[in-house]
Amino acid sequence: MLNKTGIPTAEDVKKVSPSEDRLKKGPVAIIECFQEIPCNPCTEACKQGAIQPMEDINNLPKLDFDKCNGCGVCLSRCPGLAIFIVDASYSDTEAVVRIPFEYLPVPQVSDKVVGLSRAGEELGVFEVIKVQSGGQKNKTYTLWLVVPNDLAMDVRSIRLGGVRHAN
Amino acid sequence: MPKVKETEILIVGGGPAGLSAASAAANLGASVLVLERDGKPGGQLIKQTHKFFGSKKQYAGDRGYQIGDLLIEQCGNNPNVEVWTDTTALGIYEDGVVTAEGQAKHLKINPKKIIVATGASEKMIAFPNNDLPGIYGAGAVQTLMNVHGIVPGKRVLMIGAGNIGLIVSYQLMQAGVEIAAIIEAAPTIGGYLVHASKIQRAGVPILTSHTITEAYGDESVAGAIICKLDESWQPVSGSEQDLKVDVICLAVGLSPLTELCFQADCQMKYVSELSGHVPVRNEYLETTRPGLYVAGDVSGVEEASSAMVEGRLAGISAACSLGYGEDIAPKLQAEALAELSELRAGPAGQKTLRGIMNLMDKGGAVC
Repeated sequence: MLNKTGIPTAEDVKKVSPSEDRLKKGPVAIIECFQEIPCNPCTEACKQGAIQPMEDINNLPKLDFDKCNGCGVCLSRCPGLAIFIVDASYSDTEAVVRIPFEYLPVPQVSDKVVGLSRAGEELGVFEVIKVQSGGQKNKTYTLWLVVPNDLAMDVRSIRLGGVRHAN
Repeated sequence: MPKVKETEILIVGGGPAGLSAASAAANLGASVLVLERDGKPGGQLIKQTHKFFGSKKQYAGDRGYQIGDLLIEQCGNNPNVEVWTDTTALGIYEDGVVTAEGQAKHLKINPKKIIVATGASEKMIAFPNNDLPGIYGAGAVQTLMNVHGIVPGKRVLMIGAGNIGLIVSYQLMQAGVEIAAIIEAAPTIGGYLVHASKIQRAGVPILTSHTITEAYGDESVAGAIICKLDESWQPVSGSEQDLKVDVICLAVGLSPLTELCFQADCQMKYVSELSGHVPVRNEYLETTRPGLYVAGDVSGVEEASSAMVEGRLAGISAACSLGYGEDIAPKLQAEALAELSELRAGPAGQKTLRGIMNLMDKGGAVC
């Protein structure tokens, strides 16, 4: 499925998901990297020792969810834009999903955006609560979206061009 | 200027492989001349706005154009390196003289060693009306957008889901251009799946087992008919879809740009895993013509990260054969070879490894 469409399956996602308990404890990285390719910047980005060094550069990243504090450095370094941060402790009913973003215009804080699934399907309209620049060199922005708890593991992108482009 | 330019190492092509070869050889003390057909060196790197994979040693995490700038700077800072832009190599003669066209002159260069790093050219596919204006190669789309700041149109059909098709689609989306679909005749996506996933989640469909049957339009592209392919790659009747697009972008593969190698009488071999005819060469990238090395896509189409390492290996080997850095060259060569093995060790590198085995085992190269 993934190699036919580019859409990771529920089983793929499950393999890289932390437990419900860990999710509730606070921000944690979800590394949605499912193919062995020669790439290791995430291992060097992690200062918590949570992403273990790779024996072979083609290995899939291995994340120790308990060591991960959800700082998000790996998110902005991953060349594949495949890392997300989920914070299910945000409120009783809502979670924060942080996604990498490299399009224009860059949403502003308090903007409402259309959240999309891994398949690009619309999941609702969500508020942006923070926008982090990746800096002059890195350039990848990190968008913080507030989503309902049950969509925390589903929202992974936003509709380009803003809410007016929603279906 | 003397009639014949003397240099120790002549490098044909100022892309990732050529520039890496130039600084590696110059760092060991050799004098190097790089010929670059374009007005600026950097090759395809200058158009790559995405972050590169690999490891720190291949500048992973940096964007392609940033790596290009770095390589250009390294060469610029090295007094042993001279770069002639707007200069096209024309031929390599039996006596070792290389001719080129540049500065509106017919130039002659007499190098002691030659490194051919000419890269690759894009393939074309046949379908009715494939000559309509609005049908581009992916490289041309990148040049238009990322060098000249011009978008090619409003709505694009991308043909090919290899890394180039996926990356150029992403760049088009970043430029505000709509992608109607990415179609791929093979049953699976050829490029890295992380590229595919980031495009899919932005709402662009990737249709594998699909092909284009025709383009249409009066003066330029107005649309395309695509259809599904069955397991034996035959069109499924009734599966046709009409896509209204004003651009069709072809990203259907690359062929090594080997004319100079043929002309220089290097022994050549067709190796499908390396994407075409490639020169037979040894582990240190020297071809069957002594003193002529190859590096990058010309020796087999692969990623820019491995092209840079191959360039470094060829540069070190050529400099070492002239007596430079003999004490450290073996160590540097071993490091480069280890990096290449590392990059090719995973599933994505198996095709290249098979191709190189095929090329070296039966090609009669002295290894």
